[in-house]
Amino acid sequence: MSRLTDHNVIIAREIISRYPKPKSALIPLVHLSQEQNGYVTDDAMRHIAELIGVTPAEVFGTASFYEMFKFEPVGKYVINVCGTMSCALLGAGDLLHHAEQRLGVKAGGTTSDGLITLEPAECQAACTEAPCLQVNYRHKYRVTTDDLDQLIDDLRAGKLADEIPPHGTLGRTRQHIPDDRGVGAVHPDQVTGGPAWIPMDPPADEGK
Amino acid sequence: MTAITHPYIPGFYIGDRPKVVTSRFEYEDSYTLERYLATDGYKGLEKCLAMSPAEMHDEVRNSTVLGRGGAGFPAGVKWGFTPQGVWPRYLVVNGDESEPGTYKDRLLMERDPHQLIEGCLIASYAAGLSQCFLYVRGEMALAQERIAVALNEAYAAGYVGKNILGTDFSLDIVLHWGAGAYVVGEETALIESLEGERGMPRLKPPFFPAAVGLYGKPTIVNNVETLANLPFIAHQGSSAYTAIGTPTSPGTRMVAISGHVKRPGVYEIINGSTTFRDIIYGDEFCQGICDDNELKAFVPGGGSAPWFLPDQLDIPFEGREAGAAGSMLGSGAVMVMDSTTDIPEAALTLTRFYAHESCGKCVPCREGGTWLLRILERVCSGHGTTADLDQILEVGESICPGDMPHAASERLGLEAVPFPYKMTTICFVGPSAYAPLHSALTLFRDEFEAKVVPAPTRVSIPVTAG
Ligand SMILES: Cc1cc2nc3c(=O)[nH]c(=O)nc-3n(C[C@H](O)[C@H](O)[C@H](O)COP(=O)(O)O)c2cc1C
Ligand code: SF4
Ligand code: FES
Repeated sequence: MSRLTDHNVIIAREIISRYPKPKSALIPLVHLSQEQNGYVTDDAMRHIAELIGVTPAEVFGTASFYEMFKFEPVGKYVINVCGTMSCALLGAGDLLHHAEQRLGVKAGGTTSDGLITLEPAECQAACTEAPCLQVNYRHKYRVTTDDLDQLIDDLRAGKLADEIPPHGTLGRTRQHIPDDRGVGAVHPDQVTGGPAWIPMDPPADEGK
Repeated sequence: MTAITHPYIPGFYIGDRPKVVTSRFEYEDSYTLERYLATDGYKGLEKCLAMSPAEMHDEVRNSTVLGRGGAGFPAGVKWGFTPQGVWPRYLVVNGDESEPGTYKDRLLMERDPHQLIEGCLIASYAAGLSQCFLYVRGEMALAQERIAVALNEAYAAGYVGKNILGTDFSLDIVLHWGAGAYVVGEETALIESLEGERGMPRLKPPFFPAAVGLYGKPTIVNNVETLANLPFIAHQGSSAYTAIGTPTSPGTRMVAISGHVKRPGVYEIINGSTTFRDIIYGDEFCQGICDDNELKAFVPGGGSAPWFLPDQLDIPFEGREAGAAGSMLGSGAVMVMDSTTDIPEAALTLTRFYAHESCGKCVPCREGGTWLLRILERVCSGHGTTADLDQILEVGESICPGDMPHAASERLGLEAVPFPYKMTTICFVGPSAYAPLHSALTLFRDEFEAKVVPAPTRVSIPVTAG
């Protein structure tokens, strides 16, 4: 079951329809498959290739460039500990070390129960709240080693299930453009003139 | 709808300075359409639609609002670079914020998504852009969620989509999200990524995105904060905007100050006149260094920027002055190091970042960055020699040939070398692996030397045949 489900194919088609060229939907669709399966499977990439009309190699070629895509199973929760400058100045190194000890895995590894993957990470745009980490890309600010212990306990006890969906799910609300409100995406080669609100003769908005 | 009740809002402190982009942050429900409409939301759009596109473009040109993504280029001028008569034109919003130290675009997207949407509408109306893609960094789940909700609300209320507010202005705004790669923040890499490709920068010149961008069509790429300024400019007029700040740096600017300060946070400061001393020591800002330690050095404009010393504290937050003093303001990120900081280790975190983020398209960055990292790791782990320090400069020379900018230092009797540098790479990732390391090594060579042993002298033993 690692091709996209029928339900997700409907979502995929809606995403594709928003772009002038289908290949632009590649990254969002790989995310969708990761949301479905927890990681990116070969079958899912083949399926995405069919949907957007490229080869599976092109899907893998693009997807493998980006760090968020995992091609092997990872934990239900992925903890990313930031180690860039602002966080490093305020003790990120100790925090990562503590996490390794506590989870019994080296950074990059997954706990034997498959629940938690620990990763070293780079600046998470929360530098003023250092040291910080993300669990499935949800931020935790000014994290102490005690906070981290508590977080791990809570994850293990299933207490954060409402706040933090399983790995792969990003925004929990999707954009939806209602049929009667959307303008619709047009292939760039099929656009002939300028947009309706721009006076065409003379071209008034230029050349000052 | 009540004002904020809890005492601490991450990254923001209340003050009575003029607010252009953070005016709603004090409300807990700042991201809702209801709050937005109750606080002058979409009023700028109404005024904008009452003007002609050319008039709106002039307002933005007159405001001289500078790009907030790093390069500081005036937005109104950039919009004018699209070639005449070539359609369609696109707007791509750069929400990929990932420069070390930078934290402002994410706040703007999470806390005031409608302000950004309104900014996109104004820009598209004025510059004749017929579709807008809002590219949000992959790791920002909450921002994606808030923008999706806001867009759904705005479509339903008629602010986005077909015939906006009953006019012939129509625009789709499409939420797009990335998957983790710093270099994608570079505008041509952003476009590649949006086309479904690996996020590698394009060689430019000859073609800048305004001429040849997304799908080969004219494309305006603007930063989130740049666009967030537009509702204010449209609503209050460009003169209200230029009344704040200085002639060369009008308006306000969001600055994130992190590291060893008492009250780290994101502050909206008056552009151009607020000094680094105000920001780091001022009562309404960071209130000084942790534990009242001495300030050792600070990064003035994001991880890519050469470092400043206490000697530079009185420089204002103004691009040209920072440039003359040997650095840049970049993305508005100040990282503060106190006297307890191990300078080579601090530089290592940045070199590691940029070496890791190299996309591999050009050799000086792909190889040079990695070499710098290897050498610096060796130095920091106590296995380096004095030859390694010279080797760093030699590798750096192949990425940035010629004089490297750095700050002046009274202690060392050094004069400033002004920004910018020359570079052998396609984009700024390669030079960024070197520039901070270069200034650390120039300004604090003693700390590097304390970590290394003298290089062994080579003795050559002649080998003679027979
Ligand atoms: C390596 C690199 C990374 C960049 N990252 C970002 C970024 O994360 N966000 C951003 O807005 N601009 C970033 N920029 C700057 C963009 O290329 C571009 O100048 C900017 O988005 C233009 O918008 P502005 O004119 O509104 O500032 C980056 C540039 C480089 C070279
Ligand atoms: S400088 Fe580095 S990141 Fe930029 S194009 Fe070259 S290899 Fe890629
Ligand atoms: S350095 Fe850790 S969030 Fe920026």
